[in-house]
Amino acid sequence: MTDAILVLEDGRTFSGQAYGAIGDTVGEAVFATGMTGYQETLTDPSYHRQVVVQTAPHIGNTGVNDEDAESRRIWVSGYVVRDPARRPSNWRSRRSLDDELRAHGVVGISDIDTRALTRHLRERGAMRCGISSTTADTDAVLAAVLASAPMVGADLSAEVTTPQPYRVDALGECRFSVAALDYGIKSMTPHRMAERGITTHVLPSTSTADEVLATGADAVFLANGPGDPATADAAVATVRALLTRAVPIFGICFGNQVLGRAFGFGTYKLAYGHRGINQPVQDRRTGKVEITAHNHGFAVDAPTDGAVDTPFGAVEVSHVCLNDGVVEGLQAHDVPAFSVQYHPEAAAGPHDAAYLFDRFVELISKPGIAQRGGR
Amino acid sequence: MPRRTDISSILVIGSGPIVIGQACEFDYSGTQACRVLRSEGFRVSLINSNPATIMTDPEFADATYIEPLTVDFVEKVIAVEQPDALLPTLGGQTALNLAVALHEGGVLEKYGVELIGADIEAISRGEDRQRFKEIVRRVGADTPVSLVCHSLDDAIGFAESVGNKVVIRPSFTMGGLGSGLATDAAQVRTMVARGLAASPVHEVLVEESVFGWKEFELELMRDRNDNVVVVCSIENVDPMGVHTGDSITVAPAMTLTDREYQHMRDVGIAVLREVGVDTGGCNIQFAIDPVTGRMVVIEMNPRVSRSSALASKATGFPIAKIAAKLAVGYTLDEIPNDITRKTPAAFEPALDYVVVKVPRFAFEKFPGADPVLTTHMKSVGEAMSIGRNFTEALGKALRSIETKAAGFWTVPDEPGTVEELLARAAVPTDGRLYHVEQALRAGASVEQVSAACGIDAWFIDQIASLVELGAQVMAAPSLTPELLRRAKRHGLSDRQLAALRPELAGEDGVRSLRARAGIRPVFKTVDTCAAEFAAQTPYHYSTYDSESEVTAQLDRPKVIILGSGPNRIGQGIEFDYSCVHAVMALREAGYETVMVNCNPETVSTDYDTADRLYFEPLTFEDVLEVVRAEQSSGTVAGVICTLGGQTPLGLAQRLKDAGVPVLGTQPEAIDLAEHRGAFGRVLAAAGLPAPKHGTATSFAEAKAVADEIGYPVLVRPSYVLGGRGMEIVYDETHLEDYISRATEITADHPVLVDRFLDDAIEIDVDALYDGSELYLGGVMEHIEEAGIHSGDSACALPPITLGAADIARIRSSTLALADGVGVRGLINVQYALGGDVLYVLEANPRASRTVPFVSKATAVPLAKAAARIALGATIAELRAEGMLPRRGDGGDLPADAPIAVKEAVLPFHRFRSPDGSHVDSLLGPEMKSTGEVMGFDATFGTAFAKSQAAAYGSLPIEGTVFVSIANRDKRAAIFPIKRLSDFGFRILATEGTAQVLRRNGVAAEVVGKFSDGPGNIVEKILAGEVDLVLNTPWGAPGNSGPRVDGYEIRTAAVSMGIPCLTTVQAAAAAVQGIEELIRGDIGVCSLQARHEQLASWRGAGS
Repeated sequence: MTDAILVLEDGRTFSGQAYGAIGDTVGEAVFATGMTGYQETLTDPSYHRQVVVQTAPHIGNTGVNDEDAESRRIWVSGYVVRDPARRPSNWRSRRSLDDELRAHGVVGISDIDTRALTRHLRERGAMRCGISSTTADTDAVLAAVLASAPMVGADLSAEVTTPQPYRVDALGECRFSVAALDYGIKSMTPHRMAERGITTHVLPSTSTADEVLATGADAVFLANGPGDPATADAAVATVRALLTRAVPIFGICFGNQVLGRAFGFGTYKLAYGHRGINQPVQDRRTGKVEITAHNHGFAVDAPTDGAVDTPFGAVEVSHVCLNDGVVEGLQAHDVPAFSVQYHPEAAAGPHDAAYLFDRFVELISKPGIAQRGGR
Repeated sequence: MPRRTDISSILVIGSGPIVIGQACEFDYSGTQACRVLRSEGFRVSLINSNPATIMTDPEFADATYIEPLTVDFVEKVIAVEQPDALLPTLGGQTALNLAVALHEGGVLEKYGVELIGADIEAISRGEDRQRFKEIVRRVGADTPVSLVCHSLDDAIGFAESVGNKVVIRPSFTMGGLGSGLATDAAQVRTMVARGLAASPVHEVLVEESVFGWKEFELELMRDRNDNVVVVCSIENVDPMGVHTGDSITVAPAMTLTDREYQHMRDVGIAVLREVGVDTGGCNIQFAIDPVTGRMVVIEMNPRVSRSSALASKATGFPIAKIAAKLAVGYTLDEIPNDITRKTPAAFEPALDYVVVKVPRFAFEKFPGADPVLTTHMKSVGEAMSIGRNFTEALGKALRSIETKAAGFWTVPDEPGTVEELLARAAVPTDGRLYHVEQALRAGASVEQVSAACGIDAWFIDQIASLVELGAQVMAAPSLTPELLRRAKRHGLSDRQLAALRPELAGEDGVRSLRARAGIRPVFKTVDTCAAEFAAQTPYHYSTYDSESEVTAQLDRPKVIILGSGPNRIGQGIEFDYSCVHAVMALREAGYETVMVNCNPETVSTDYDTADRLYFEPLTFEDVLEVVRAEQSSGTVAGVICTLGGQTPLGLAQRLKDAGVPVLGTQPEAIDLAEHRGAFGRVLAAAGLPAPKHGTATSFAEAKAVADEIGYPVLVRPSYVLGGRGMEIVYDETHLEDYISRATEITADHPVLVDRFLDDAIEIDVDALYDGSELYLGGVMEHIEEAGIHSGDSACALPPITLGAADIARIRSSTLALADGVGVRGLINVQYALGGDVLYVLEANPRASRTVPFVSKATAVPLAKAAARIALGATIAELRAEGMLPRRGDGGDLPADAPIAVKEAVLPFHRFRSPDGSHVDSLLGPEMKSTGEVMGFDATFGTAFAKSQAAAYGSLPIEGTVFVSIANRDKRAAIFPIKRLSDFGFRILATEGTAQVLRRNGVAAEVVGKFSDGPGNIVEKILAGEVDLVLNTPWGAPGNSGPRVDGYEIRTAAVSMGIPCLTTVQAAAAAVQGIEELIRGDIGVCSLQARHEQLASWRGAGS
């Protein structure tokens, strides 16, 4: 066993055992409360540059399989768990998580009081941290942490997006095609669309409106992704251009923030974000509550007391988080666009919000919506 | 959608007596429901026959009916109360079945009562196995192949088609009664026959066996707006084949990926919607093939269940409370989460800890019973523990359960080869994990063990990690702080470490080593959200981690109340009742109350009960750490050990020795009462007679004592609760047999040999003593004579045959005992009145099982008063403030006071010997009952009839009675049997009994004994030709003729569910009850009205 330390930007230090690769890493410390789905979490591009603290104590029990990864690699910059499995046990397991982390060079730490760390982050807010299994010198680690780039102002989608466009074909008959702007898309998303007869053209995050339209897509999907939405000026410009042309748009997570900015709303950083698969979101039109998967450190700043006028007509906050009232969804009345701050593809997470993909299909099926002028 | 305004009064149905499969979890759920409904402004009426429940305390409902849970009595309550609505989902299967029966009988319609929280159609869809399977398939999910059978032939044919490896489940029974696994054609035949008999609708489901698959449960909630949340996932460590109530279970599920878990969640929600559960909680069980991952749905409970109580305690999400709110119209998003207070109940709890539940069994009470675990529940209780990893939680749970072994390595191994050990681990039994551990330690691989027992390799590997850790602890040259810390982090108790390192001089040595190294647990919080939001409710558990969350409180002195741990026979809900009362009384008196307990079924472990809750094992180590944590965060006035039964009582002396203030009766006084010699001196000093007795540590000594005092003698080990190991011995041969079986006799724990008082009346007394004044709480007269354990004996309060002079003698004797022992609080004394001598059988300076019964019968909260006395209040002060009556006590109730009868409820029908026959239902000095009911009415006959109706279904008012009476009882039995004959009953009797009856003018028909062959009485009972059995046993235990006859008769009665009376006294009482029933119209009366009656009598003075 190798000792390891975790040092937070405010100096608080935790000592534990090395987990995964031996080495050093820095990133924004965030906690995730899901009790299942560590493989999906690790491979979610939205966790790029983040050190993920798992609040569930036992991690790695089901190993790593060949089906559940959400992208081609592990994105987290560091991993913090309390009790890693000594051996996996599941009929789909192919290898252990420990081996997988080592193979991907992911530095982690185990055997620390993850609840104490979580409470610290809850009280003081998300902050940078470093993990080292090569030195016990906390000052050196702290210096590296302080020298690292903060999350506010970080433009990260370019770092995680696909370099080249690619296509995910509809399962069965192709009814529509959608262009997805990849700010950090997860593989379950095109899969959910493929299940509904949609072929998805996944495009680099920097694609322009013309490049998007050149695919001939019926609609545009704005993906999730890491980083500070305030930096996404180019993406916002692209979306505004698409809104002007009344292209049906569905955005999630970072995509919700980009759409929000396109409508003219601001974004802001949450104290410690929403990262879990048990977040209650209320659809304000039906009053119904869905249990949803979240992974966001930033949110849209929009009034929740009714529709507001934007350069693209009336826009209303459609969904809110019941825990803290954070804006979780936007619905435009005069252009065919809507978005949610959470993850309807739900990998990991409950499938309550899968209907949003159906709603997207309905939106695409009714191209005249913009002309009808909404409500 | 807010609270409904179109209903204003609601009837809640409780679950009745504690039985296997339905325990105090329904007191927890019912109490929460009553609390919620009243705080929402509804008029709440309640019916429940169990007096030991908190929910039947008069302050929890507007009108409380302690009446039998039968359709007749519920209808009577409905007629009086005229409720707008009926809430049946919080009283277990009993309440749900009653609701269905009330609906089918047209009662609900007749009185215009709306069913809330449940829908009759949905109940039927959920419980009718065939319809349920169709629903599961309709939503695209899988179920085991099966066939619903109404005949033996159908079942045999189907079973053959799937290879005779099938599970048989009768419809509409609770706790899996009558269900089981058959692996060959012969088993199929016997089990189907039994199942058809057990099902009220004569229906069984025969299905493909998924024995050995992984087993999971989801706890779901739905509101009227169709919002659904999964509160908790539970994984059974024991694979399919063991009833979930008998399995070791873990929350959350440990071995599912998100995809698999979400698939389970999707199916669960789809099934819930399709079944149409109206609002509230529901539980769905799944099985997964560990090789292919194929998932099948097993069953659902459309109501709050034992698992939902566990899930509530495991997550901090109070399912029953929320179910009650949903039933009256709220939606999940409108209900706040109690723990965070700022987030809503519409969410799914996230756990950052592991919860392990371990069942507690009582096979030692039923010597012939088959100890192999099946789909038929056999456990009598459970303990839950919380840790930050599985090994820690498992270790805490294993020591919480209070069996002889308190975690691995604490008792000597049963030797065996690896093969033998693997074979042992393959059989599901109580304590199977000990075999698993031993097999691993003997060198078996994780794969081998997992293959042998079907337990998932992840769990086996966790135990393997403990085996490795144990080996390291043993092999290390010295126990370094680092290794010690790691051992504690994985749940090893000081006792386990001491067993591994004998040089540390026991548990105390390990504790001082820890103290020197500064290795102490911290206390974390159950907060529903994995620390995402701040918790406002101090619901704590210990763990070895770095940061503690116990916050300082400075304002009020704190009192720590130790609970009673897992339910077992002899120590159950009655003790939880007293603990909860102490909390209520002390809170009101200005103390901050701190509860320590590990039983997830109870009201005491509801975080709403005490100011602070520690969910911890009740061992010295764990309790001491709680005390230290509380002392470092505020002022601890002391610990109350005398209300939770034997468990906390056993800790009192050590806590006191460790410098912890023990409140109320001191450990020295407890010791005085329990040590025969010292107690004898107390009796002598007070001039009180006890039956002749002696102690012995060998057969020779025992024989000498018995010869001197004369047979029959009562023999028992010292220091027991619930009469463990007690027997009445009639001669020397059986004395020798007893001594040879009582293997644990030591000089410290000798066998007690008492003169057995053959025909004395036994009397139970509960009293309070403050050092100068005695308050006689109640005097209970047993209906059975001495020799039947007081917990199994029916009793009446006020006593039915004792005169004022007897009571005066009891009062002065009790005062002398309380003073001589040094009681400050409650004392329970058992007397036997024989030949006009009042013998003292035993005295227990603590709360007894009868405290709730006495409190309800006399309208005086004895446990509350005891708690106050423990903190220094005097009886005079309590009288002045109104907690106790201003004058008089429970000994001077007026002649026309209502009579309360307590009857015990016995679990014999739950246990079978390995060959499938029932175990004997004979009562004796060893307690066997799991619960109790109360019949309360103006006259003894009516009260007794109610108690029988509540315990066993109504006494018959016509039909056939079979009597077989021991010679010694024949004279006394003539009159009651003659009365039955006069009422028109047909009397069947064995030859000897019939002769005596005929001579006395009773036309008795002779019927053959079991040993007489065809046409005998056992056949007649099994054919349903007999409605009541009166059989007083005789002959020595063993294989002698009369004994075997009696055994067969009683077990036949048990399997047919007809009343079986084993004493003449009970028969006499039954005759009075039958007379009242024949006279007709027994009414109902609320507890509040009866209490008012008592209060007005007391107010009038005497």
